Formats: sequence, structure tokens, C-alpha cells
Amino acid sequence: MAEAKGILGTKLGMTQIFTEDARAVPVTIIQAGPCTVTQVKTTPRDGYEAIQLAFGEPRRKGVSKPMAGHFAASGSKPALHLIELRTAGASGFTLGQTITVDIFERGERADVVGVSKGKGFAGPMKRHGFAGMGASHGTERKHRSPGAIGACATPSRVFKGTRMAGQMGSERVTVLNLEVVETDAERNLLLLRGAVPGPAGSLVMVRSSVKTGETGKGHH
Amino acid sequence: MNKTDLVERPRLREDMPDLRPGDALRVHVRVAEAGRERIQIFQGVVMRRQGGGLRETFTVRKMSFGVGVERTFPLHSPTVAKVEVVTKGRVRRAKLYYLRERRGKRARIRERRETTSARDQAPAADEGAASEQG
Repeated sequence: MAEAKGILGTKLGMTQIFTEDARAVPVTIIQAGPCTVTQVKTTPRDGYEAIQLAFGEPRRKGVSKPMAGHFAASGSKPALHLIELRTAGASGFTLGQTITVDIFERGERADVVGVSKGKGFAGPMKRHGFAGMGASHGTERKHRSPGAIGACATPSRVFKGTRMAGQMGSERVTVLNLEVVETDAERNLLLLRGAVPGPAGSLVMVRSSVKTGETGKGHH
Repeated sequence: MNKTDLVERPRLREDMPDLRPGDALRVHVRVAEAGRERIQIFQGVVMRRQGGGLRETFTVRKMSFGVGVERTFPLHSPTVAKVEVVTKGRVRRAKLYYLRERRGKRARIRERRETTSARDQAPAADEGAASEQG
């Protein structure tokens, strides 16, 4: 695995900004970091390389004693979210280290991991884009039904994975290769071109892109 | 304050005049052609304003050789070099879609007097038009 870098943040919403040549660029604004490194996992001890990032104000209730101990071990303040980031360069990070948006540079590519907006129990038309059935010609109470879900006596069962109605959204989604349009270290803002999973206010992880091979660009 | 204001606020254009539906405008549009840039003027009546923040747009309608032409500009885009308000119009709704069904005399818009409402007086004072109010 490449030497990945990443940061946790809150999605603030979308807007558009204008470039010098007057093009409108759709951007998602992410309030990212500062995050602290609360644990560094290495191959000899943990079997894989990763860093654990902490982000966000903890709830007013505070943190449990075991968690308080975990935060104290890295000399960091308690946080709301702890997320692990697999990276080959885990040894390059130190416990308690602060990570801010300036790990990213304008023009770089990044991936964003988030939890998509929940759509609840959705029918096959919404969930899988099925065409549904006729609005007329004698169709009764089956306008949005999936139609056939398989053959008859052979195989006399429905195959696993057949697309049907069910929970839609509210799942982990990764969007690859979004362009970093701007970083604002002063206010911890990250502007990415395009949309990002989840509602405004949700937790997202921005990490260096895994599929462009541009991870080394502008590395700190 | 909206969450996206942090990014939007500093990018909003402040040189835009107060333009409202019914106002007649001269919009100076930057047109890039063959490597150089020139200014084109689009003159017409504001038909609507739509959206908010950086994404706000306004639509200007004009008659060109007997054909109605509507053009929508992003309010904060650099493509709009300058906007001149030629006359202020007095209208009773925010979206003037009814202009599409009208032409000639019936599409006229009454002019708005500066002193008709308190809202108008603030920009009037900026222009040093205090004598008008007396």
C-alpha cells in the first residue's frame, strides 16, 4: 500500500467558485482537522501499518475512562471520532502529531470516504433504476414492482444477490480522484471539486488518492 | 450564518448595483474570442433573480429583431464586466414571466420613483440625491 495521508473533517455543503478564466467550478467545502494521531500501528506489533486519527469535540457527556486512557497515552485531547487510515508510511508519524489541511495542495487528487444519505427501505425503481411496470393497460397495484425475479421449477429458488427492494443509502461510500481546488490552512477548509457522500454536517475522511499514483505530490 | 458563507462571503462581488426585477440594464459581458477579449453589451429588462450567495443569477430579457431573447448571468461571475442600471422599474411581482406574452406597448414597465418606499432611500443617499427627497 502506498504512503497514504489523510484527514478527517465535516462536510459543510456545496457551492461554486469562479476561476480566473470565469469558469464556475462546483465545490464541496470540508472543514478538515486539525486531527491528532492517537495511535501508530506497525507490522511487527499489529500485523499491518496504519495510523489512527482523532477529530471533533467530544460530547458533553465526556469520554469513558478506557477511552480517556487511550487519549492520554498519545498525549492528545479527547475527541469525538477515531478513524484508522491504512498507510505504508505509518512509521513516519509520531504519537500526538497534529495533522492539518496543508498536507494537501491545490491541484492534487484526493479520495473522500463518507456515509451516504439514508433513503430508507427503497423499492427497486429508486434503488436499482428498474423501469417498473405500465401505468395503464390493466396494471393493478403493481406499477412500481420489480416484475419477474427468476425462473420457475428450475431452479425453483431465487438466486442470491438478485436486486430487490431494501435499505438504500446510509452506507460507506468512497468517491475517488476529486481535485483539491483550494486549501485554507487558517480556517481549516478544504475545497474539493464535485460532490461528496453524506449530508452537510457529516463526518468524512479525505485521503490522498489511491488510484492516480500522485500521492507523492506535495508530500510534507 | 450559513456554513458555506466562510467561502462565499469573501468572493461576493460588491461592485454590483442594486438591481431588481423590472429594472432596465446594460450588462457589459466579457466575450473571449480567438485569444482576445472584448466587451459585448446586452441591454434589457431584469426578469428575475434566482438563487442566493455566490450562486445567485439574474435573467435579462430583450427584444432582438422581433424575437424575445433571455440571457441568464451569474451575479458574481467575472464574465459580467459591469452592470449599468438604465431605469428602475416599478413592478408588483418578483418574477416577470408575464413579459413573455406581451410585446410593444403592453410590455412597458412603469418607472420607480426614488422616494416611493423607505427601501429606495438608502441607495439614493449614496448617490448624493438628498435634494430629491426635500
